[in-house]
Amino acid sequence: MKRQVAIYGKGGIGKSTTTQNTVAALAESGKHVMVVGCDPKADSTRLLLHGLCQKTVLDTLRDEGDDIELDKILKPGFKNTMCVESGGPEPGVGCAGRGIITSINLLESLGAYTDDLDYVFYDVLGDVVCGGFAMPIREGKAEEIYIVASGELMALYAANNIAKGIKKYADNGKVRLGGIICNSRKVDNERPLLEAFAEELGSQLIYFVPRDNLVQRAEIHKKTVIDFDPTSGQANEYRNLAKAIDENKLFVIPKPMKQERLEELMMQHGFLDAM
Amino acid sequence: MAEIDGTIEEMLLPYPEMVKKNRKKHLIVKDEAAACCPQIEANTRTIPGIISQRGCAYAGCKGVVVGPIKDMITITHGPVGCGYYTWGTRRNKARADDTTPPEKIYSTLCFTTDMQEPDIVFGGEKKLAKMIDEVVAAFHPRAINICATCPVGLIGDDISAVGKAAQERHGISVIAYNCEGYKGVSQSAGHHIANNKIMENVIGTGSERKPGTYVINILGEYNIGGDGWELERILKEIGYTVNCVLPGDSSYLDIKTLHLADLNLVQCHRSINYIAEMMETKYGIPWLKVNFIGVESTIESLRRMARCFDDDPLEEQTEIVIARETARIFPVMEQYRKICQGKTAFLFGGGSRAHHYRHLLADLGIEVSVAGYEFAHRDDYEGREVIPTIKTDADSKNIPELHVTADPILYRDAHTRLNMSREKFEELSSRVQLGYYEGLYPHLKDGHIMVDDYNNHETEEMIRALKPDIVFTGIKDKYITHKQGVPAKQLHAYDYSGPYAGFNGAIIFARDVANALSTPAWKMVTPPWDNYDNAQGSEDNA
Repeated sequence: MKRQVAIYGKGGIGKSTTTQNTVAALAESGKHVMVVGCDPKADSTRLLLHGLCQKTVLDTLRDEGDDIELDKILKPGFKNTMCVESGGPEPGVGCAGRGIITSINLLESLGAYTDDLDYVFYDVLGDVVCGGFAMPIREGKAEEIYIVASGELMALYAANNIAKGIKKYADNGKVRLGGIICNSRKVDNERPLLEAFAEELGSQLIYFVPRDNLVQRAEIHKKTVIDFDPTSGQANEYRNLAKAIDENKLFVIPKPMKQERLEELMMQHGFLDAM
Repeated sequence: MAEIDGTIEEMLLPYPEMVKKNRKKHLIVKDEAAACCPQIEANTRTIPGIISQRGCAYAGCKGVVVGPIKDMITITHGPVGCGYYTWGTRRNKARADDTTPPEKIYSTLCFTTDMQEPDIVFGGEKKLAKMIDEVVAAFHPRAINICATCPVGLIGDDISAVGKAAQERHGISVIAYNCEGYKGVSQSAGHHIANNKIMENVIGTGSERKPGTYVINILGEYNIGGDGWELERILKEIGYTVNCVLPGDSSYLDIKTLHLADLNLVQCHRSINYIAEMMETKYGIPWLKVNFIGVESTIESLRRMARCFDDDPLEEQTEIVIARETARIFPVMEQYRKICQGKTAFLFGGGSRAHHYRHLLADLGIEVSVAGYEFAHRDDYEGREVIPTIKTDADSKNIPELHVTADPILYRDAHTRLNMSREKFEELSSRVQLGYYEGLYPHLKDGHIMVDDYNNHETEEMIRALKPDIVFTGIKDKYITHKQGVPAKQLHAYDYSGPYAGFNGAIIFARDVANALSTPAWKMVTPPWDNYDNAQGSEDNA
């Protein structure tokens, strides 16, 4: 039974990096994983493929009509992870949300979701701004969600907002929040703040990924840390994150906070303690 | 009176309380003892789930106002259905004339960008721009309209920018209408959007006045089944120059010179009063509400317009034409009147017909007991004096208002346009009621029902309770009427008949109505469920 996982979080928080490193660690441990990039920029699989995906689902749909071969869009990456990019319109035109819906439906009908997959990861851009961006968490798709956040206020705002989106679909379906992943920005009191935030949502801080410039160096080389420097401490951090997700048992319907409560939490755990 | 109230109560009975409360505000029973028209709720949102007869903003803009302009190519930017299902359905006839050769008539064709899923995802602007280039290359039209459909608004295609760029590329006018279907509460929003754009971009750009002493426009005449042609025939015989019939059988060239007339006649008040009013403000051209549906009302309209020019020979010629026409048609009408006399009818229409046809039916001795509009505003029911008291809501504010001011060069006072002194004009203005419409209500008789945004349920129930002999309505409830064994005439496109306007139209209408009333088919209709007894019925259901 394959697990379908969607990763959400504020733009620029490190979703794609975290997702690909986690996937690399899972693949290394023998899991068969597919990554579906749900960002019009189509850069969610760059580290696994050692370069940008050449052809997205939607590009192919546009150029070739409905006659699409799966192997044209589904490319094997690091340790045989299957990589596909949904793609989408250039900034400011069209409907990226509709693009994700179209793309995921197309992948399904092309038979991309094979039985031998242990995991499908959806890397979704930014916030759940419209129905299209909620596609991966709608019925029959991802059933577990991880939100990447940091101790910064805006990251937690976004995470709380995403929790609202999850709750909407969770109330009528099987989607659950699996936890918060902290991609550390070295903000004061970051870990206790994130722990308190996750607890307030009724969830958990599933892993705290420390900041390390090795990640950036690996990215310049179009590689995950696990691929670039497998013996490093940071590679182990991602292996631990992968293990935590693989062994996770806590899946909840999140209880998103009111804005005031979120700010209160920030004052309590973030700034006040630091002062 | 009490009986009618009881009928309405019974009709509303299946509604939930909230719905009942809402719908009651849209239903008025005429009480002749009352001093003035009670306030009717109109131009507000339809209750979700009710099978309303209304259309959408796109239907109002493309389907009604801009689609009939014969020499403009109207591109529907959207998935294929919106363009296809508005293709020729209103039977707005068009023909070649001195300035528009047959190859320049495009209103009989259907142009759409046929948006597909990739166009929604990646945006449809490029496809639209390409289509404009293609139609220019293939047809060389004088001007192009682009009408937006719902998805275009959702994905944010900038059709105005595409139109502007195409205009520069091709040197012809390309007008973009943001008439996405979801705008406003009915097709009325689309009429307004179309009026604004035509006013902004077309009217006033031409310079050659047509020859003639009495140059007039007919606004809000759609030439359905050739109505406009019949009016032109009569008016020309009297001595008028019909500058433009907007938009029925109109050309872009004619609309450009719309401002070079002395008087605007307004046939359909709801769909075109915006242009009439803006032209009065900008150019000083007065407007007169007319009704050319019905013999008596045509005669009255002709006399009122003649008075506007205060010219004896014109009034004499008007009487000569009236006498000749009536002498010709009354004997024919009389045969049909014998069949029609004493019958009752329901009359449902968009925003004018439920008033206009009442007079033609009266000519035939048919009384209209229930009249309803799909998308009228309060002024169409209660008269224009209520306009200052109409509350604007979020829906109406969502449709842009175009504010025009007097044109520094082209504005001329109304009295000078009609060649009379200011005093005389003031006197005339109140005598023929220039710039005024009294609405439907004054024409109702005691106990008649006036209904706004009528729906399937109410139509069905009222037919059951009041048993009219014939129902005049649109395509959507034509068949629910047929199923009750009652003849129905389709007034949006006249089924396959027409013209119904003017003198000749009155005869054709009388013939069609007499045919419908005397056809034995309706008495033979036995719906299958009437043949089942209860036992058999329940067995079938099991």
